[in-house]
Amino acid sequence: MAESVQNPMAPSGLSRTMAHFWMVLGVIIVAFPIYYVFIASTHSVQTILRPPLPLLPGPEAAANYGEAFSGGVGRIGGVSVWLLLGNTTLIALGIAIGKIVISMASAYAIVFFRFPFRMACFWLIFITLMLPVEVRIQPTYKVMVDLGLIDTYAGLILPLIASATATLLFRQFFMTIPDELLEAARVDGAGPWRFFKDILWPLSLTNVAAIFVIQFIYGWTQYLWPLLVTNSNEMNTIVIALKKMISFADADTPWNLVMVTSVLAILPPILVVVLMQRWFVKGLVETEK
Amino acid sequence: MRRTVFPHKVLPWLLLAPQLAITLIFFYWPAAQAFRQSVLKEDPFGLSSTFVGLANFRKVLSDPNYLNAVQVTVVFSLLVAFSALAIALFLAVQAEKIIRGKGFYRTLMIWPYAVAPAIAGMLWLFMFNPSFGTLAWPLRQLGIDWNPLLDGDDAMALVVAAATWKQISYNFLFFVAGLQAIPKSLLEAAAIDGASRRHAFWTIVFPLLAPTTFFLLVVNTVYALFDTFGIIHAVTGGGPGKSTETLVYKVYNDGFVNLIMGDSAAQSVILMVIVITLTAFQFRFIERRVHYG
Repeated sequence: MAESVQNPMAPSGLSRTMAHFWMVLGVIIVAFPIYYVFIASTHSVQTILRPPLPLLPGPEAAANYGEAFSGGVGRIGGVSVWLLLGNTTLIALGIAIGKIVISMASAYAIVFFRFPFRMACFWLIFITLMLPVEVRIQPTYKVMVDLGLIDTYAGLILPLIASATATLLFRQFFMTIPDELLEAARVDGAGPWRFFKDILWPLSLTNVAAIFVIQFIYGWTQYLWPLLVTNSNEMNTIVIALKKMISFADADTPWNLVMVTSVLAILPPILVVVLMQRWFVKGLVETEK
Repeated sequence: MRRTVFPHKVLPWLLLAPQLAITLIFFYWPAAQAFRQSVLKEDPFGLSSTFVGLANFRKVLSDPNYLNAVQVTVVFSLLVAFSALAIALFLAVQAEKIIRGKGFYRTLMIWPYAVAPAIAGMLWLFMFNPSFGTLAWPLRQLGIDWNPLLDGDDAMALVVAAATWKQISYNFLFFVAGLQAIPKSLLEAAAIDGASRRHAFWTIVFPLLAPTTFFLLVVNTVYALFDTFGIIHAVTGGGPGKSTETLVYKVYNDGFVNLIMGDSAAQSVILMVIVITLTAFQFRFIERRVHYG
């Protein structure tokens, strides 16, 4: 980076110090709610219920987490925390992978083949952006009932894997693949599958990673859809289970276990975003939306 | 336009089939049903229905509860979009000045993006609930009568805070990218002309960021309208006394809890018109910004 000596607009030392000050304040505000629930998860119910909460982790961490994993959460919500995490992981992975598979297939068809109504198909997929679940709740629910998809994993995953966003992104990316590459592959006798497997897939990996992060988060944080299409506690995602734990909150609520469950609901998607940050930021900013 | 393509005629349809099937079954068919039901009235037993034209819409639009939801939605969305944009822009501008540690700040800034809206709401409720919230406690020590479970304005403040908090990450990343794209030579020229940094920000940087800001304004509005359902459902349930009942919460409540079909369908159609308008805006803008190959 060109250093600041010649650049008269470069921030002065003071202005840079102030910038750090504001960023630290911003980060504290942004991270505090997450830190707070983590701290709460390491204290006893008595400490949690007597504000203000200490700002440092307490002595009950092992006890709280141990209890949550050995059936404590099951006693409040009826379902073990393992099943909740399993359900949520399955749904998030199902949605992320499902979206990538069917969007890549659609984009591949639209870019590398010529057939009637090609662009009509593209628009048909694209316009689904304008039809979020919220605007068609009731009739979509009826379709789910008619197809027997209530309280099934298929019902939780399938209707959410159509993706205008991912299809649009893959289409754009495939269009940047030079014609010569396809010509060369065809001269060598490669069919559609060989071309995809040996050439296109390796080139697409960055985009796939970016979409995977965004859609994994999308799947993990689903709320309205699981609320609509599941009745049985066995099908709960961890987010829905947490909401149910809190709505029965009364004097006897084991808040320490609620806090542990919150941490477990927050941690996996945060890890995915932080560890795959490079692809996530690229995917979000460059492709949106 | 691509010159070389594969000659297959059936294969592309097989590749498209899964996505098309899902869109037709779970998107287009229900959307069409919403339109159909919005002009029908079912008898009390749900056995037959008659065409009633725009009666459902007239009924919905003259319902004080619906108008209340419109007002709540407008207030909520404006507050969320404005706060989330302003805070994120301010922080992005600060981040631009920093050379060392940028990556560290960014890593911490993006956490809320990964938190489910419903959980974001619960986190804020933990901190601010009147009985044991650590941050509600100093408010009460100061003599402020804070109770989001009983007071409508307090409840609104709480859901706005949670919704804003969650959206800052997203806006921050876009503003940082937008700021990086502004040519440094423009700022140097301004400095040579003797402009102060503040002046240069409002006359050069802010106007050049307008495309990003406008794009984010649309995205934030869509977010506030639709993606915040979880926050409201988990924290306030629309209450106290309908003071946080937004349009999306109401459509869910009428259709699922109160089971009023015709009304719910008419409300869905109104929402659909809103989304279509916003999405059209968004893509007009993207077409201008992004140059497709």
